[in-house]
Formats: sequence, C-alpha cells, structure tokens
Amino acid sequence: MAGTAAPRARTRRSGLDPARADEYRGWLRQMVLIRRFEEKAGEAYSLGKIGGFCHLYIGQEAVAVGSLAVLRSDDYITCSYREHGHALARGIPARAVMAELFGKAPGCSGGKGGSMHLIDASLGFLGGHGIVGAHIPLTTGMAFAAKYRNTDQVAVCYFGEAAVNNGAFHEALNMAALWKLPAIYICENNRYGMGTALERASAIYDISERACSYDMANEVVDGQDVLVMHAAMERAVERARKQKHPTLLEVRTYRFMGHSMSDPIHGHYRTREEVEDQRKRDPIAVWSQRLIEDGLTDQPAVKALDKEIVEEVEDAYRFAEEAPDPEPGELYTHVYANP
Amino acid sequence: MAIVTYRDALNQALREEMQRDPDVFLMGEEVGVYQGAYKVSRGLLEEFGPMRVVDTPITELGFAGVGVGAAMVGLRPVVEFMTWNFALLAIDQLVNSAAKIRYMSGGQVGVPAVFRGPGGAALQLGAQHSQAFESYYAHIPGLKVVMPATPADAKGLLKSAIRDDDPVVFIEGEMLYNLKGDVPDGDHVIPLGVADVKRPGRDVTIVCHSKTVSVALKAAEQLAEEEVDAEVLDLRTIRPMDTQAVLSAVGRTHRCVVAEEGWPFAGVGAQVVDVIQREVFDELDAPVLRVTGADVPMPYNKHLEKAAKVDPARVVAAVHAVLYRD
Repeated sequence: MAGTAAPRARTRRSGLDPARADEYRGWLRQMVLIRRFEEKAGEAYSLGKIGGFCHLYIGQEAVAVGSLAVLRSDDYITCSYREHGHALARGIPARAVMAELFGKAPGCSGGKGGSMHLIDASLGFLGGHGIVGAHIPLTTGMAFAAKYRNTDQVAVCYFGEAAVNNGAFHEALNMAALWKLPAIYICENNRYGMGTALERASAIYDISERACSYDMANEVVDGQDVLVMHAAMERAVERARKQKHPTLLEVRTYRFMGHSMSDPIHGHYRTREEVEDQRKRDPIAVWSQRLIEDGLTDQPAVKALDKEIVEEVEDAYRFAEEAPDPEPGELYTHVYANP
Repeated sequence: MAIVTYRDALNQALREEMQRDPDVFLMGEEVGVYQGAYKVSRGLLEEFGPMRVVDTPITELGFAGVGVGAAMVGLRPVVEFMTWNFALLAIDQLVNSAAKIRYMSGGQVGVPAVFRGPGGAALQLGAQHSQAFESYYAHIPGLKVVMPATPADAKGLLKSAIRDDDPVVFIEGEMLYNLKGDVPDGDHVIPLGVADVKRPGRDVTIVCHSKTVSVALKAAEQLAEEEVDAEVLDLRTIRPMDTQAVLSAVGRTHRCVVAEEGWPFAGVGAQVVDVIQREVFDELDAPVLRVTGADVPMPYNKHLEKAAKVDPARVVAAVHAVLYRD
C-alpha cells in the first residue's frame, strides 16, 4: 500500500458519447492550455521574470478541468497556492493570469497578489490562499452564505493531501456536515506535502475515510482521468445543490514537477523511476488517446490544437512582459475600504 | 436618553442592526440557546432564529474562518469570541485572511465582518484568561480595532463597526458589562476613528482606552483635590488612531501620561508616545510616561494580581512625575 505509485482508483471504460464531443474536446483544450501555460511560467521563473514562490500544476490538470466544468458561473471556488490551473480552467484569461505572475497591473489581482493569490471575484474565483488549510473554513463560510440566502449555489475548495492533518480541515468539515452546507472539498492527493510522503504524515492512508468522522459523503477518484473526475464531481454537485449535503472527494493524482521551482523533480524524497512511472499516466495523454480511440478527434487535430495553444500562451507571455507595473501609489490602495 | 448597562447597550446595537439589515448575523460559542456566555446576545435567538444566531462548536479557528468566508461573499457576520484569549486560535484567520484579502485581490473582495468579545483581565482568572491583545491586532494593516469604555460608546461604535466594510476587531471588557450609563435614544451611531474627551483639563493629558478610562477618571478626581486639572482622552478606536485628538490635547496641556491594561513592550502606548514626540516635541514640558500592566503573565493570587494591574494610584504617580511633583 505504501508503494511509490499513486493508487489507481476506480476507472471505467465505456464508449464516449459523441453528442458531447465538443465538451470533451474543450476539456482537452483546457488541459493543454494549463500544461503549456505552466511550462512557460516555469521558463519565465527561471529567467527571473516571475518572483517569489511558484508552484506548478503539471500532472494534475484533469482535476481542475474535470471538476470545474461541472460548476455554474455563480458558484464559489477557493484554492491553495497551487492554483494557476484552476484559474485558467475557471476562465480567467491566460493574459490576466500570466500578468499576475509577473506582478503587472493588468494581472487578475492587480499585480498585488502574485502566483499564490490569483483572484477574480466576477468569476467567483476567490483565491489563491497561501496558508495550508486556512481557506477550507472560508469555503465553509461561502457555503453557509449560500444556505443563508437560500440560493442553490455551491462552494468548492481545492487543497492538497497535506492539509488534512491541519485543524482547519477538521473544524471546517465538521461544521459543513453539522449544518448541512452545500460545500465540496476536493483533496488533490498528489502524494507529497512538499517532500513528505502521505504515509509519513497521516495516520490513515485513505483520506476519503476522514469524511466518516463527520458522517460526510465521500469518494476516491482517479484524478488522471478527466472523465472520471467530471462524473464524480457531477455527483458531488448534485448532492450539494439539491440535497444540501457536503462531500469530500479524495482525488488521486501526481505532481510531475517539484513542490515549487526550487525543488528538483526527483531527489531526496522520490525517485526518478517513480516519477517516470507516474508520467505514463499523463492526464493529457490519457484523454487525447481516448478521444482518438473513440474517433472524436485525431492526431493532426491534437497537434493543431497544441500549436494554437502554444501561440495563446506566447501571446499571454508577451502581454505580461509588456504590461505596466502598478503605479507607485497602488502601494497604499486597497488596505481598507474606508481608511 | 436612558440608563443602560454596557451589556444591554451592545445587545441593543446587535438587535437594531439585525433588524435593519438581513445580511447581519451573529455566530459564536453559546450565543443562542445559552443566551451568550456574558448574556450580550440575550433574546436574539428568539427574535431572529437559528440561521441568524448561530451556535458554533468550540472551534475558534473554524468559525472565524466561516465568518470571513461568509463576509467575502457579502454577508455581514458578527463573530463572537467568548473571550479574546481564546481568539488566539483564530488569529491566522484575522491576520492572514480577513486583513489581507482586499489588498491581495487588488480591491475586489472585502471582509465586512466584526469580531467581538471581552478582552483583558477580570478577577483572578489566571494567566491564560487575563490578557489584553489590542496591540496585536492594531499592528495589522487591514484591521480596525475598537474598544468602547462606556455604554453609549459601546452601542454607537458597535453599530458603526457592523456597518463598516472592513474587518473590525471589537474588544469589550468583562468588567465593563455591568457598567451603567446614559445611552441616547434612536439610531445612536458613533464614527470609528474618533477619540473622545471624557474629562476636559488644562494641566496634563491622560490618554487611555477601554477599562483604563474609568481608572484615569478616578485618578483625575484625586488630582483635582490637589488642584491638578487632568484631561482624560479616550481613544475609543485604537486603529485608525485619532492622532489629531492626541496631538491637540498634548498641545494644550504640554504633559501626557498614557495608560493601558496591556503589557508595556510594543504596546498601544508606545504608538501614542511615538506620534507625540515626532509631531509635537516642542510642546512637551516633560517626557511622556506610560502606565501599563506589569510585564508578567497574570498571577492568580489576588494581591499579586492587584499589583499587576493599572490602578488610579499609579496613574496619579505618573502624573506627579510629568509635573515634576514628588
């Protein structure tokens, strides 16, 4: 059980519905966008154009894409600091995300948030939070607000598996279950909290079981298969929106890159062989192959898509480079609404 | 005008604001069925129901975060901490979430929440239950810190705090809840950030807030017997601080003592002294002195506890010193 490979949770194999071809190809497009965007962000970081910390999402693309596709435009979303992919999948333009990484004025947070604090309130994308686990209660509060106002919005929280050992996780899930709030907690189990493997930090291996402490619905999901992710999220959203019950999804995935840009891909805490083995289940390869097998796309179309996205990312990069810094006076704005 | 306790003045403010604005709700430990650990929320559950008067588990970090999250999407929570001693468990949510989100979102998302409860020492509650934390929160850009000393101020400032679009740390006093005083009728609102002269005087300014206001007033009475006319200036809001009121008082009296319940190191008084020496140095006829709680964890023994607290005698002694009287 404590082996090196990410456990492969339930996978299903049935024919894809041709009527949903556009939707399926849209997921592929979003995943490729995240991949190419993150590669470019890594490059920009190495060139010193992006400062601070930078946590890449490469390898986990199917989680954000498959789950966010289920949401409505008025739902609420919070993330940890590894959130570039979620921001893009939610629809924040690549230009606005890249400009934020560069700390520029047209960035989605005005250049004052950075890589860890991507926010677009108009999309219900409410961060980008830098303290492990701290945004989990915030999401419970957003779900509370939906219930308070008697809307059928849902609030969704993404966090890593290391956050579940944190008191904020326990406190937030307990209240969500106690008060029957429309919240969905998505634990992206990528096996490592920085350099600490799950089994070195958590007394139980199956994070989904933690939901039993709160009598909360839960599921283990294969996060490398966007279709499986999407289906699990549909069940969770239905439960939240219609039945007002929260869900904990343990999504098994893998980060192909280091924890942050300063962390090598393999070394002290995981082997090259492990990473190479995991890369065999690259979510983009898995999904594009599936679409090809089912005749919903073909190799030339996948190549053309990639080319188009590389150009979109290059455009975002150029935009970010040329964009102005915030005005010096911005230093003192937005501290208070009424100083 | 009616005579009302500090506790009931807070209760009136909560009730009136909840009647006025359906987005305002109260949450915290024992605020509903139990009617509040200190009965500040008495009757509110019956009037507004369990969705707006929310009993929480004992989980300060968790429910403070719930309040911040609800405020981020437009509700106006009043989060009660049974005491600010317990709120240390929640300080991450106040400092890293509530105070930061407006700034790090480039102004897109605010946190119109009030965090309130009693702070400072009561009687013989020991080291972990007897702490004044206002300087912790006042240190943080993005937070406002309000500390009423009278029933009228309690009501007027709490109403303003609830209507404010920024996160407000509202620190009450367990020893103040039974204090009675005149409270104006009607929609009594006092703006944040405005200090109040509780007693005018010519010879020395005593800057104080919360429980030290009554200490300063007692000291001023004693000083009056020896023909020293002390002004008592109640800050009321610690951040944003009404520095103009401090400077103008010191400009008139030329001598100043700052009294606070908290510890001396990096306390609120240090900030007051800083602004005075920078802005009106030439007006001073003596160095500004501070009277603070003793620089120790609060002892249980009642004699030791008394010695650790600010009292009128120590304020009088400090005033004598700035007047160069022995």
